[in-house]
Amino acid sequence: MELLERFAAGDQEAFESLFRQYQGDVFRWVMRIVRNRGTAEDLTIETFWRAYRAHARFDPKTGHCAGWLRRIATNAALDYLRTAKREVPLEDQAIEEGKTQRRAEQAELQQKILAAMNTLTPKVRAVILLALIEEEPYAEIADALAISVNVVKVRVFRGVRALRKELEKAGIRP
Amino acid sequence: MSEREVDEMKRLLKSAVKPVGDTEPRRDLWPGMLARMSQQEMKVPWWDWVLLVGASLALWFFPGMVPALLYHL
Repeated sequence: MELLERFAAGDQEAFESLFRQYQGDVFRWVMRIVRNRGTAEDLTIETFWRAYRAHARFDPKTGHCAGWLRRIATNAALDYLRTAKREVPLEDQAIEEGKTQRRAEQAELQQKILAAMNTLTPKVRAVILLALIEEEPYAEIADALAISVNVVKVRVFRGVRALRKELEKAGIRP
Repeated sequence: MSEREVDEMKRLLKSAVKPVGDTEPRRDLWPGMLARMSQQEMKVPWWDWVLLVGASLALWFFPGMVPALLYHL
C-alpha cells in the first residue's frame, strides 16, 4: 500500500514518514507568516496534529499532501494571529539601535512600518507578508488560503492601501 | 491603485522586514509530536468522569447493588 493510503487508513508509521518528509516545508511556510522560530515550531506540531486527527478525510488519490498540509498550516497560523492580535515580532529582525544616527533612524522607520503592519487584519497581513516580503507566487498563496488568485490580489491592494494610510499618518511617504 | 504603488510598498516593507527565506527547525520536532499525541490519548473525556461519579454515588446510596455489579463483572 502507498504511503498516503496507509496514512489515510490511520497507520502511525506512515504518519511519521510524512511528518519527517514535510516538517521542513510546513515549518518554513508557517515561519513566513508568524516570523518567530519557537512559535513556528509549535505551529508545525499543531499542523501535523490537526492532519493526524483528520487523516480519514484525506483523499490519497489526489496525492496533494503538501498542499493539504500547507492549507492546514495556514489556518493554524491565522488562528494563532487571531487569538491575541499577535504582532509581527522584531526579534528576528536584528535591529541594533542607537549605535549611529543612521541606525537609529533606520530602527525608527522599521518600528513605524511594523506598527502599520500590525494594524492589518491577520488575513490581509498574512497575504502582505507572503506576497510582498517573501515574494511567494500569488497562485501558491491562493492555494494555501483556499481562495482565488483574484482575492489574493484584492487583499494585496487592500493591504497596501491601508499601509499607505497608516504610514502617511506616521509621516512616511512610500 | 497601480502595480507601481505595490512595488514601492514592497521595497519599503522589505527595508524593514527581511524575508525569512529558507530556514530549518532548530530541533527534530517528532518527539514533540509524540508528546502531543500521548497527551491527547491520556485525556479522559468529561462524560467518563460523570459516569464514574454517578456509579460511585449509586453504590454509596444503594450498597445492595454491589453484589449485583460484581455478579455482572
